[in-house]
Amino acid sequence: MYFSKELLDSSSRMRQRWEDEVKKAVAKWPDQKEDWTTVSSLDIKRLYTPEDIKDLKFDEDIGYPGQYPFIRGNQVTGYRGKFWTFRMFSGFGSAYDTNQRWHQLLKAGQTGLSTAFDFPTLMGYDTDDPKARGECGKCGVAIDTLEDFMVLVDGVPMDKITTSMTINPPATALWAMYCAAAEIKGIPLTKIGGTIQNDMLKEFIAQKTLMCPPEPSVKLISDTVEFGTKFVPRWNTISISGYHIREAGSTAVQELAFTLRDGMEYVEDVLKRKGLDVDTFAPRLSFFFNSHIDFFEEIAKLRAARRIWAKAMRDRYKAKDERSWWMRFHTQTAGCSLTAQQPYNNVVRTATEALAAVLGGTQSLHTNSLDEVWCLPTDHAVEIALRTQQIIAEETGAANTIDPLAGSYFVEALTNEMEQQAWDYIHKIDDMGGMVAAIDKGFPQMELADAAYKFQRQIDSNEKIMVGVNKYVTEDEQEIPLLDIDDAIETQQIERLNAVRRKRDDKAAKKSLNDLKDACKKGENVMPYCIEAVKNLCSVQEICDVYREVYGEFRDPAMY
Amino acid sequence: MAKRKLRIMVAKPGLDGHDRGARVLARCFRDAGYETIYTGCHQTPEQIAAAAIQEDIDCVGLSCMSGAHKYLFPECVKQIRALGGDDIQIIGGGIIPKQDYQLLYDAGLKGIFTPGITLDDIVAWINENIVPNVKE
Repeated sequence: MYFSKELLDSSSRMRQRWEDEVKKAVAKWPDQKEDWTTVSSLDIKRLYTPEDIKDLKFDEDIGYPGQYPFIRGNQVTGYRGKFWTFRMFSGFGSAYDTNQRWHQLLKAGQTGLSTAFDFPTLMGYDTDDPKARGECGKCGVAIDTLEDFMVLVDGVPMDKITTSMTINPPATALWAMYCAAAEIKGIPLTKIGGTIQNDMLKEFIAQKTLMCPPEPSVKLISDTVEFGTKFVPRWNTISISGYHIREAGSTAVQELAFTLRDGMEYVEDVLKRKGLDVDTFAPRLSFFFNSHIDFFEEIAKLRAARRIWAKAMRDRYKAKDERSWWMRFHTQTAGCSLTAQQPYNNVVRTATEALAAVLGGTQSLHTNSLDEVWCLPTDHAVEIALRTQQIIAEETGAANTIDPLAGSYFVEALTNEMEQQAWDYIHKIDDMGGMVAAIDKGFPQMELADAAYKFQRQIDSNEKIMVGVNKYVTEDEQEIPLLDIDDAIETQQIERLNAVRRKRDDKAAKKSLNDLKDACKKGENVMPYCIEAVKNLCSVQEICDVYREVYGEFRDPAMY
Repeated sequence: MAKRKLRIMVAKPGLDGHDRGARVLARCFRDAGYETIYTGCHQTPEQIAAAAIQEDIDCVGLSCMSGAHKYLFPECVKQIRALGGDDIQIIGGGIIPKQDYQLLYDAGLKGIFTPGITLDDIVAWINENIVPNVKE
């Protein structure tokens, strides 16, 4: 960065002197440990100086908020006009239970909704399918048909509040339900806003919510991008997610690289398959990152992410609209950083991670609850987690100024290093023929397996410390109240589903499924057919069975 | 008679795809010298039972993070026993609250492993408690 030769020379001399002194000091008082790396095992130096960022160009590499390369954020006013969205991910039990939790959160000052679905819904099975047994409502809300969905959004002002839905293989079906629900409530599609996660590549890499093979999975995603671009302009049709990649054990750099390369894969597919102009859809692509416990690594990662995306969109995909260069993202604190032991300590971890996300410039944030290692969060634990964000926003001053760590020798050097390492991965995946090809080879999956295993060994050998797990361990266990999901919900949900089946016009339902199947076979956009099917009370599984029949089923290759 | 290598199968029943723990354990067991098989995600109890019998497994390690262990783990035991796997020892792990332990022990699980335990401790427990089945 604009350092004169004189300054750098003098810094170099001063550093020499300091290094000599360090040698002497360490001889007398050795460092506490050998390993001073990030949680991802990235080497960190004892000190950073102007010499570490001497090649950084302020105008090209940093600049101003709302200006290329957007490392300082997309919004010209930062958080002064509007804090990040307080968006707590929630869902459990029946649609009625989750609707109640949503109203509680909105009353407590939450500003956006975010839906967790149960496993049968996530995997495209109805509650009464044999594969779904025991799972109903356990880790999210159970949705079988539009009838459930109408209960879920009861009293929710769909034209005012945005809703995120963490749904992947059946994203078309659930988004169709949202669109149909809006229509029933008399709200035009142009007025609704929200996000569907709808990112299948990270499922093959990390989370393993699997249905069809990668190629048709990407096709379905491109369908939603096209439909959103044309008819639901305020909707983010994809949330390209690093969160799960990190939770599955990746390093911060792998999270950054694989997520961005996934994003590029989707852009390339829409360009090729749909022939849309990049600037018509790129502004609605959104991202989702993890905020892990290593404070500065996370801040650097988020800053690097924005700069990489801006460069890729401008130079690689020739987007001209500045909004196409923006990386807009949601962040969630790291579930995998929380400990089952001494669970109250998780409040501190989450607060630290949330602060990193804010200093990294997130637009939306979920903070984990202290009990989430054990169960879905209780009302009280959720409230503490939401208040954590509100304290950061209202009390700490972290939102006063934009990108406050810019110019820090350390943070800028780390941002550069992570960006460089991410590009190395991106180019490696390019050479493999893209992300679908890399997944076929098992490349990202094995990178994660290696990193997860290494980290577990580091914990087991006390090379990395987790308080309460391998240091400062106590014998007394802190008992915390846990949320128990009533097993009776399954029976009730099956009764609801059967009631819907009895009352619906079966002929119309079957016809709309046949139409959907024809559309799949012809390669048409499935969205209009999905909306028709959900309106005719076809279930999530009925729609997904069409996909499974036409596109085939993908089985986990079980790599370790 | 030379003791044969322990044959262990890491299995993920149900719809849960959170396989970080399962994959780390599979690798750990392989490194510990066991003959290791990993089923991959999304296996039904019937599939797990059939695989355990076919592969002549000594010990099945079930992993579940979704909260469905109360149904899935006992069902896996039932299916394995139904196929004649009476000698197969079954252990489980994941997000399992203490209050569920008894139910799972009563269902026939021999060990339950939850967050915080080290890989070496799990291997030590297996070496202590699981004896490879010797087939006549």
